[in-house]
This record gives sequence, C-alpha cells and structure tokens, in this order.
Amino acid sequence: MSGFMTTFGLWLSVFFTLSIFSFLYKDNPFYKLSEQIFVGLSAAYWLVYLYYSVMVPNLFNKLFTDFKGNLILLIPTALGLMMLLRLIPKAQWLSRYPIAIMIGTSAGINMVRYAKTDLLGQISATMINPFASDNVITVIGNILLIVGTICGVYFFYFSKKQEGIRAVPSKLGIWFLMISFGASFGYTVMARISLLIGRLEFLLKDWLHIIK
Amino acid sequence: MSANKNTQTERRIIYLVLLVAVALPLIFPIGWKTEVSSYTKMAWELIENTPDSSVVLFSFDYDPSTITEIQPMAEAMLEHSFSRNQKIIAVALWPQGVQMADQAFTVALKKYPEKKYGVDYVNLGYKVAGIVAIQAMGKSMQEVFPSDQSGTKYENIPMLKKVKTLKDVAYICSLSSGTPGIKEWVMAARDPLGTPVTGGTTAVSAPGLLPYVNSQKQLYGLLGGLKAASEYETLINKIGSATIKMDAQSIAHLLILVFIIIGNIKAFYSRKRGAQ
Amino acid sequence: MKYKIPLVFAFVCGILVVISEFIPHRPFNMLITTLQDWFMIISGFAILLGQISLFQANIKKIKEKNKDWPFYLAGLISFTVMLIFGLLWGTQEYRGIFGQGEKIQATVGMKPFDYLFANAFMPLSSTMFSLLAFFIASAAYRAFIIRSFESNLLMITAVIVMLGRTSFGGMLTSWLPEGLKFLHLPNLSDFIMEFPNSAAQRAILISAALGIIGSSLRIILGIERSYLGGEK
Repeated sequence: MSGFMTTFGLWLSVFFTLSIFSFLYKDNPFYKLSEQIFVGLSAAYWLVYLYYSVMVPNLFNKLFTDFKGNLILLIPTALGLMMLLRLIPKAQWLSRYPIAIMIGTSAGINMVRYAKTDLLGQISATMINPFASDNVITVIGNILLIVGTICGVYFFYFSKKQEGIRAVPSKLGIWFLMISFGASFGYTVMARISLLIGRLEFLLKDWLHIIK
Repeated sequence: MSANKNTQTERRIIYLVLLVAVALPLIFPIGWKTEVSSYTKMAWELIENTPDSSVVLFSFDYDPSTITEIQPMAEAMLEHSFSRNQKIIAVALWPQGVQMADQAFTVALKKYPEKKYGVDYVNLGYKVAGIVAIQAMGKSMQEVFPSDQSGTKYENIPMLKKVKTLKDVAYICSLSSGTPGIKEWVMAARDPLGTPVTGGTTAVSAPGLLPYVNSQKQLYGLLGGLKAASEYETLINKIGSATIKMDAQSIAHLLILVFIIIGNIKAFYSRKRGAQ
Repeated sequence: MKYKIPLVFAFVCGILVVISEFIPHRPFNMLITTLQDWFMIISGFAILLGQISLFQANIKKIKEKNKDWPFYLAGLISFTVMLIFGLLWGTQEYRGIFGQGEKIQATVGMKPFDYLFANAFMPLSSTMFSLLAFFIASAAYRAFIIRSFESNLLMITAVIVMLGRTSFGGMLTSWLPEGLKFLHLPNLSDFIMEFPNSAAQRAILISAALGIIGSSLRIILGIERSYLGGEK
C-alpha cells in the first residue's frame, strides 16, 4: 500500500506541475484548480504550524501546566480574541485595541532598528578612507561607493527643485541606480531560471528517469 | 488582431526554446567549473574559523518556492558546520521553514550519522512575528522556545544548557528568501547584540542585501542564488545539486542574452521603419 | 473611547520600545519582554483572522455561484482536508489528536499532512514561481531595449552580471593577462555588485530608513491613524 501511495504521490506532483505549466499556453481549468488548491493548502499549513509551534507551547501549555503563574497570559489571549471580533461588524471596534498594540510596538521597533541598521549603520559603512587599500581597483571602487551613496541619497531628496548645478549629483545618482537595477535584473534572471531548473529536474529525474 | 497573434506566437516560441535550453544541459551535463566569489568565501570563513563545540544558530526563513536556490546552501552550510563540530540550533521564521530544515538535516545527517539530536543539533521550530521574535530571543531564548518540536523542555536539552540569549551563539546563519529573513537578523541580532550574522538568499534578494556586507561587518558574507550555492559546494569539496545545475543555469543566461540581442535588433528595425 | 484609547495604547507601546532601547534595565526590560511575548500571541490570532477571512470569502463566492466557483470549492476542500490531517495525526514533528498515527503512516508512508505537503504543496509552490522564468525571458526579448544613456547603463550592467554569474562567463575571459584580471567577467561582476550596486542600494536603504522612521514617529504620536479605520 505504501508503494502505491508513493507512486500516486509522484503522479500527483506531476499533475500539479504540468497543470501550472499549462498556464504558459493559456489560462485553463487545470491551472485554476491547481491555483486554488495551492491557496487552500498554504492557508491550512500556516494554521497547523501556528497551532503547534506558537499557540500550544507559548500559550496553551503554559496556561494548562501553571495557570496561576501565567495568569498574565490571559491578557494577550483576550486581546487576540478581540482581534477575531473584526469579523463581527457590530463588535469590530474592539479589534482596534490589539491592532493598536501591534502597530504601536512595530512602529517603535522599526524606528529604533531602522535608525541603527539602515541609517547610522549604512552611513558609518560609507565613512571609509577610500585610499586605505593598496589595490587601485579597490580605491576606485571605494570612491564610487562614497560618491554613489551621496548622489543616490541626493536624488531622493525631493524638497528642493533640482536645476542647473544642483541637478548634477541627482543625474549621477540616477546613473548609479540604473547600474544597480541592471545588476538586479541580472540576478533576477538567475533566480527565476534556477526555479525552472528545479522543476525540470524533478520531471526529468523523478518522473521520467531520463537523468540520474 | 494579427499583431496580437504574432506576439502570442513569439512568446510561445520563447517559452519553448527556454524549456529546451534548460532541459538539454540537465540531460547532457557539460561540467563547467565555478569560480568562488569573495562574498561566498567570507561566509565560509566565518563557519570555518568558529571554534569547535560552539553553539550556532541556523534560521530557515524560506519555503518550497525557492528550494532550488536555497536548499543546496542549507545542506552545504549544515555539512560544513557539522564538519567543524559545531552544535546547531535550527529555528524558522517561516512556517514552511520547519519542513525545509528537516529535509536539510536529513541530507547532512547522511554524511554525519554520529550526530545526536539534543547534543549536536536541535530543531526548535517555527515562531511567528519575525523581528519581534528575534528581539525576544535576544532577551531570552527559553521564553520564545519553551520546548522543542517533540515537546522536550528547553532546559532539558543538553546542548542548550549554556544558551540563554542570542548573545550565547557564535554566529547566526539565516537562509532566507524574503521577509522576515537576513535583514531582520542583522537588525535585531547583529546590530544590538553583536552576534555575527551570515546567510544565503535568493538571487533576487541578494543585490539589496549586499550593502550590509561592509566595513561594519553587519553581515559576514552572503550567498546569493544557485551560483553561490555551487561556490560553497566547491569550497567544501562537494559535488552537490547546485554544482550539477550550474550548466543549465549558464546556458539559460546565454539564451536570455540572445533574446535581448534579437529584441533590440527587432526594435531597431521597427524604429527605422517608423522613421521612414 | 473607541478611538482615543487605541491611540494611547499605540503611543505607550511605541514609547516603551524606544525607551527600553536606551534604558535596558528594570522595569523597562521586563515590560518589553512581556510586550514581545504578547505580540507573538496576538500575531497568532491575527493570522487565524486572516485564514478565517479567506474561508469566509471563498464560502461567499461559492454561495453566490460566482464565475469559477467550483475552483473555490476545491480550494476550500483542500484547506479543510489539510487542516484536519494536521490536527488529527499531526506533522512529522508534532503529535496530533490521534497521536503519531502509526497505522496511517504504515499505509501512506508518512503522515497524511506531510504527504500532502510533499506531493501537492511543494510542487505547486515551486512550479508557480518557476513560471516567472518564462515571463522574464519574454520580458528580456520585448522590453529590454536600448533607448537612452540610462537604459544603456542598465543593459550593459545586466549583461556583465548575467555572464559573470555563470561558469561560462569565467571561461570567456580566463585568457586575460594578470594585469587585466579586473576585466575578467566574474571579477567585473563582483566589482559592480560590491561598489556601484552597493552605493545605489545603500542610498535606497538610507532614504527608506528616513521614511520609515518618520512614519513610525507619526504612528506613535497618533498623527497617522488610518490603520484604525473610520472614526466610528
């Protein structure tokens, strides 16, 4: 029976793979069916892992094993239940409390973390001595790094009209951004092709046994 | 209507040619060699130079959609870490990461069957809330992971006896394909706590994460895409799945370049015709 | 009360996080640890809310016999089946209501939840995203056209990076003498990624960080309140 189920599983995988690929010809019922099944399975997967990995160890187990010691956990439980009230129009306003707590906390965390990592961290990383290296290429690279960062930030500074001499750094900034977008395109091609290789390998190896 | 039909036919031809171009090198491998980039070397050096018996953390922050790119990295880095006798904590910020971790460990353990669960490695599972969960791990690991996946309490897992917070791990390796992932680990673990962070990501995400590999060492190297995975396999002398797939990757890149050239020639002539 | 108290909550939580960053001692560190634990639990309920909403939306489409309703029904069935399998027999790592389900494991070869994951979810997920390879190839042909100096820059960089990130690119310029090694395609590609690309991405990071800090401050101070919906 287990052997049959393995073969059935393989054919199921093949069916779903080919159904999705069929979209390349045109939209069709097989693709639509696979798409909806994917959404359903994905949602259920999240829910099952949420239950086992978060709700059970971080809430239910704590409450069931030491209720008195974990009484405080009733507050987030109540807030969580209030969140679910968003589904009932009359009681919808109650969901604002947990949402406000989540948004407020996220805002605080984002403010501190982005200030440290993306603002101060990146500025510090740009404050380098470009001539510290013996390698000419690295020196040129470091100069490009400093100039590119400053011009790029300047380009995003919209508060003043950029005309005449003021437009020069902005123009340079655009050039750096274009180079970066070109590099990103190259990398995106790489990523997408890799995913296709993975699926073709499955079809050629596991299903058709053409490759070992 | 006719132009529309032509476009559709052109598109289908492109799809078919791409399919064949990717399939052929898989059936008939060429065996081109891969050169190792500095970013991959840096990540490798962090794992290589971390002392024996150090506890390290691997975070599986991806799902099956990017398995071709990231799974080879995960397997190679886990194997490397096991070879250095490091003790591995696996966590996941994506729910699907749990299954990805299981699959990667299954492969790595084939090479290191002597490694014992709870002593040499442990899988603590998925936690919701991304950056908030990482922040909480920075305060107390046990609070976030009261038990492992099998229900064993955190304090009863031998290798976790000395790990109170993220400060107690030697490095963090995040294998990520989006948010939450490497960026969040840099923000909530590297910058506030000083724990080194390295990792692997999809090629799409790599350009945006490279600024973190800087003089401040916000990120110790980065593996970006299948090419980097094959570079890592080269560094640990492994002919893994990434190395095998690189021929197909190279041919497909060449084909895309051919498409760009043909597209430009076509655009040039249609512009010329328009001008006339 | 329905509107102002949530704003106070957001303010207190946000300020608490900021203060605890600068004063990581009692009582702030204790408060922030508690807040983070709560956040995780509330997030769990938020995800549950999302899934229930999805379920409701699908049921509505089926009830109203919308176009393509049978497909939504299939989605709903797959959701229910996966959920029931997960809860009854658990997953590879977790015990379900019926324990480890040894009997069903012997029949299927693994737990039913994992069977569906391996044979349905995984192929669906990875194939769905692999479609993008075809679309990007088509886009390269139709849209990647030289029009201006900027588009030239974009194109040249993309070509160098694409070649540099393949084994073939390395072979193409491996004959270059030592003095010109920086023109070796993988080296050139690495140079672009390390310097000009990092410069531009860094500019984006710094600018976006300023924006995020500003909007976070607006949320904490209650100036930005659209996330609460209308003032009813």
